[in-house]
Amino acid sequence: MTTATATGRTATGRTATSPPKPAKRKPMKSPYPSWFFIPAGVFYVVLFLVPTVASFYFSLTRWTLFDVEFIGFDNFIRFFQEPQLVTGFINTFIYAFLTSGAKVVLGLLFGVLLSSQIIGRGFLRATIFFPVLVSTIGVGILFKVLMDPFDGPINETLAAIGIQGPGWLTDPSIALLSVALVDIWKGVGLATLIYIAGMVAIPQEYYEAAKVDGAGAWNNFRHITLPLLRPATVTVVLLSLIGGLRSFDLIWAMTGGGPGFTSDVLASVIYKQYQAGFFGLSTAGNVVLFLVVAAIIFPLSWWLNRKEADQ
Amino acid sequence: MVPRTTRRSIVALGAGGLALSLALAGCSAGDSDSDGGAVELSFLVDNGESTVSTAEALAEAFTAENPDITITVETRPQGADGDNVVKTRLATGEMADLFQYNSGSLLQALNPDQTLVNIADEPYIDKLDENFVTSVATDNGVYGVPMGQSMAGAMLYNKDIYADLGLEIPESWDEFIANSEAIKEAGVAAPIVQTYGDTWTSQLFVLGDFNNVLAENPDWAEEYTNNEAKYVDQPAFAGFEHLQAAYDAGLFNEDFASATYADGVSMVATGEGAHYPMLTFAASQLATTNPEATDTVGSFPIPGDDASTFGLTVWMPTYTVFVPQSTEGAKLDAAKQFLEFLTTPEACDIQAEANAPQGPFVVEGCSLPDDVPAMVSDLQQYFDAGQTNLALEFLSPIKGPALEQITVAVGSGITSAADGAAQYDEDVKKQAQQLGIEGW
Repeated sequence: MTTATATGRTATGRTATSPPKPAKRKPMKSPYPSWFFIPAGVFYVVLFLVPTVASFYFSLTRWTLFDVEFIGFDNFIRFFQEPQLVTGFINTFIYAFLTSGAKVVLGLLFGVLLSSQIIGRGFLRATIFFPVLVSTIGVGILFKVLMDPFDGPINETLAAIGIQGPGWLTDPSIALLSVALVDIWKGVGLATLIYIAGMVAIPQEYYEAAKVDGAGAWNNFRHITLPLLRPATVTVVLLSLIGGLRSFDLIWAMTGGGPGFTSDVLASVIYKQYQAGFFGLSTAGNVVLFLVVAAIIFPLSWWLNRKEADQ
Repeated sequence: MVPRTTRRSIVALGAGGLALSLALAGCSAGDSDSDGGAVELSFLVDNGESTVSTAEALAEAFTAENPDITITVETRPQGADGDNVVKTRLATGEMADLFQYNSGSLLQALNPDQTLVNIADEPYIDKLDENFVTSVATDNGVYGVPMGQSMAGAMLYNKDIYADLGLEIPESWDEFIANSEAIKEAGVAAPIVQTYGDTWTSQLFVLGDFNNVLAENPDWAEEYTNNEAKYVDQPAFAGFEHLQAAYDAGLFNEDFASATYADGVSMVATGEGAHYPMLTFAASQLATTNPEATDTVGSFPIPGDDASTFGLTVWMPTYTVFVPQSTEGAKLDAAKQFLEFLTTPEACDIQAEANAPQGPFVVEGCSLPDDVPAMVSDLQQYFDAGQTNLALEFLSPIKGPALEQITVAVGSGITSAADGAAQYDEDVKKQAQQLGIEGW
């Protein structure tokens, strides 16, 4: 009890000195004493801070779980020499930008559709959101069966109308695109939901005013809906891009990065190294992934939000 | 270089973190107190149908003999996911009291000296085949006993097709291709079955060719371990080369990219496919899915370029039982008793009964029953004639983990044989460095 009060007092003392104005009632004072933060702080340090710092250390080692040898930047050099890594990098970007772009466009279109006065709107909204709720691995396994080149229902249906379907997941040139397609199907519901929320928030007065000015449907959409949906678009772009860059589960369930290495992404390359017992190397890979995601998302987020502020 | 002591504590920290997360996930390893002399052992095996049934049959027979000891069989995934489970549980001291894992290079990756109980001084070790003991030993100890038989990486073939077309067992690669072309021409079956829906099945052209590599250069394995022999050079390159040649000649089944291991075994059993390069543990799969074809599916060694070196590449029992160092006290004694039980002819008979045998036993005094599948009895002549060599994974601790993806890429025409071999050499280098082997 006494210690708690003591720490509480030091904390208040510090905050009191930092603001330039000698405020009479300690304006920045937290409503909680310091001891109040200890439980959260302990968990934060143990579960987040320690592993993060440790991962930076282990990325510089050759680690077998039993033994650690410090090897400097060798892991990073080796990681960038991985034959699959170049493919993995390119695939990651293709996958992330493709799924993200498609989710924005489709999400917007579905959003417009499902925020209109359509029959069974609640049911339709639920239906498009449903795939988001299903387990990704489950979806992956299901589509692996559906997309089987010979016995899969998709190709059997195509064959019934006289089309020879491709080897969706076995043809090296389209395997990644097939997975991206499923990802879009699964994720577009969330984008749609965000857009619907954005559209509902647009005051009806704008449309009424535009109607008085003689604006048509296209002008309404182009000059009212689209600009006012910018915050929603920013959210959808950032969420789906982060999701796409670190995407792993769906790819792993559907192709395992194959055939060969043709649908490998950064995360699956890292996972395979972990599987093989290259713990240091895969930790280095995760550090690389972290830096890549940060290097794309931070500038993009800043840029998107600045545009918003300008308006 | 970090001083030794700090390194240790850092490892402990990392392992402790893992242990913590396991504990948080509510995963409690059965820590039942052993009172009144009754001991309960947990036994972790892979979830393959045949593995589980064999393990359960053995556990039951053992308990019948030793009523004080009960053994509960637990399962884990197969393949690389299973490797993960085993490594993580060992590292955190959460391993089951007994576990089944591979011998050879995969065992070496478990760091056996630090994680497993050394059984080098047990009397029953003398009853085991010398090659087998090599595959479960390090410089400091011996660690496992077999649960199952040795087997071969061979070319499974459909005997009916061979009889109908009047073909003979090919002893060189050229003869093999000639046979395959004849089958293709006859249009009765896919000449060679490949099943890349299960990527591991793609490695046989490379791994099963090792007898031919050793025939060419008896020191190859040692040179390979010492960073002197490479896959980009002959004789080892032939495996990759043959895989590409077979793809280029269009000899694979139409659905090679998506078919699975089970499909492959069925195809060669029903005559949809003529050849399937596979380990002879396929005998148990065959007995499950196509029991009527056990006499139809035969086997012959994967031929090399030179007919005079024709012979089998042999695998030691992949199902090997180990005791982790986390097993102590009464449990350790009970576990050791179980290991001893595994080296008795009685245990061999149970194994042969629970599962179709896949090759000769490696335990003294054990013999195969008379009604073994043809693919296993076909092997005997090569064993008798001494035309066998151990597979590379029992002669060298290094096996690159990406081989299966590389061979899929070569066998699908995505990568050339030369590029594939070069990629595999890089992969091998990575593994050697991780294992801390001298000279890499």
